[in-house]
Amino acid sequence: MADLVIKGHAGIGPRASGEALVAHDNFSARYDLDRVKGVFSRPTHKLYGESFLQKVLVLNIAKGGVATAWMLHTMKQRNMAPSALLLNWANPIIAQGAAFADFPLIDRFKNDITHQIETGDLVEVDPLSGTVTVRGRG
Amino acid sequence: MQLTNYEEAMLRGEFGEPRRQALARQVKIGGFFDAIDFVEVAQAHIMADTESLGEAGVQHLEELACYPRDLCKVCIPTLTDPRGADFNAYERINQNFSFVELERRAVRAFRSLGVMMTDTCINYQTVMPPVLGEHLAMGDTGVVIYSNSVQGARTNYEGGPSALASALTGRTARYGFHLDEKRRGTALFHLEVTPRNWTEWGVLGGIVGNAMGSYFQVPVIDGITGPAPTSDDLKHFGAALASYGSTAMFHIVGVTPEAPNVRAVFDSTPPKSTRISLADIEAFMAGYGEGDDSLDVVVFAAPQLSIIELEKVSELLRGRSISSGVTLLIATNPENKRAAERFGFADVIEESGAVLLEGVCFYNMHARELGEANGWARLMTNSAKLTNIIGGYGYDPILAEMERCVESAVAGKIV
Repeated sequence: MADLVIKGHAGIGPRASGEALVAHDNFSARYDLDRVKGVFSRPTHKLYGESFLQKVLVLNIAKGGVATAWMLHTMKQRNMAPSALLLNWANPIIAQGAAFADFPLIDRFKNDITHQIETGDLVEVDPLSGTVTVRGRG
Repeated sequence: MQLTNYEEAMLRGEFGEPRRQALARQVKIGGFFDAIDFVEVAQAHIMADTESLGEAGVQHLEELACYPRDLCKVCIPTLTDPRGADFNAYERINQNFSFVELERRAVRAFRSLGVMMTDTCINYQTVMPPVLGEHLAMGDTGVVIYSNSVQGARTNYEGGPSALASALTGRTARYGFHLDEKRRGTALFHLEVTPRNWTEWGVLGGIVGNAMGSYFQVPVIDGITGPAPTSDDLKHFGAALASYGSTAMFHIVGVTPEAPNVRAVFDSTPPKSTRISLADIEAFMAGYGEGDDSLDVVVFAAPQLSIIELEKVSELLRGRSISSGVTLLIATNPENKRAAERFGFADVIEESGAVLLEGVCFYNMHARELGEANGWARLMTNSAKLTNIIGGYGYDPILAEMERCVESAVAGKIV
């Protein structure tokens, strides 16, 4: 099967790949994650209890506070981070955090990204060109 | 991005490695948001509590602080957001000493960089209020939304590393709320009820915030009747709106400086309004506080309390005793703590058994570990912002106005 190629706005950070973990919910490292255990910890989050480690996280909007900017860096240093983040809408905090941590981030896709990728898909992310490739889904 | 000669030189490293690195990161962020150039900022405000910094973040600050002072000193007045530990009170609340030590290291590094340890998320009420049209790099969502909306200053959310970069370079990428066209209204809400207390103002912020679809949406609120809202009303409204919505600016028609009337804040015909009624406020509050009447901890924070809020809570606590089974925590900044001591509020608060903390806010004090160390799960607060945050830290939050929170702390159960 061919691959599905999805274009977003040019992003930040290096190329990455991994298995997708998808929900239409929003994202904040402080509000939603247990960063020690590596799982979603906000009870009302669709991904509650799911491990985000080494996953390409696909979520709707960056929400919440400013802490995520530092937290991505710390999570990456401790090897407790997702491998990339794809959002419909990033906010400055996520972008600043990605720039500081050199963490792969792409947003602003033509269509809702949480409907184009499914949990378990193998995804390659190229922030420089803003391109996401879903293997075997073309 | 178009860079000035000065910025080109900084990017070549002519003003040292810290400023070069900072500007290089800012160029990446500018590119992400299609900024054309940089804008000089008058102040920076850094969120850098150790819970979010972590060991890696503290090490980053320490490495910066090792450079000669002329290469690493901030070049504009730079303030700090609340920190993760109150050095005078951490033992009273069983805070893990390792966090406190990490906090001391961060403070030492910040001082070396020339950062003023204001430790506050209400600098606009305490340190120096922003001015209409002033460009800033503010690092707390509540500070950003208040500065943009109530004071007409211009700032995006600047997370810790980004605000620190602005402090080192004196500028930020010109995108988002620095631009006239991004400050226009995008949605209209009509109030059928005027909030009656700080909690209801926070609830209103939560309701509007939940309806926001992205950082770049700007809600406009119409229908305020009666006296103008106070600074504390708008503080709770803005903090909750920013927390629930990732929102950085609002207009209240007839109240905030860029919204003299509805037509003035929209580029074309105003959109159809969403009505907000008392029933909406009550339904939102009812979403927090199901279950039995057990209670572990009552928290007044998020944002830190103004001197006027401290006066009110001290009056509510005068002559009362907090139940032995409950802890009551109150967070403010160092300036207001000193003022509360001078005015006699601090003694009244402490005599009731409540703990008055300075320079911290509850949720950034390693709240998960604090809860585990003290056996806290059922948390009552008058802050809608805190109820939004604290669920992810293993707490079961209950939202109520300040009077009911105090009565519950005294009774030892939710009343």
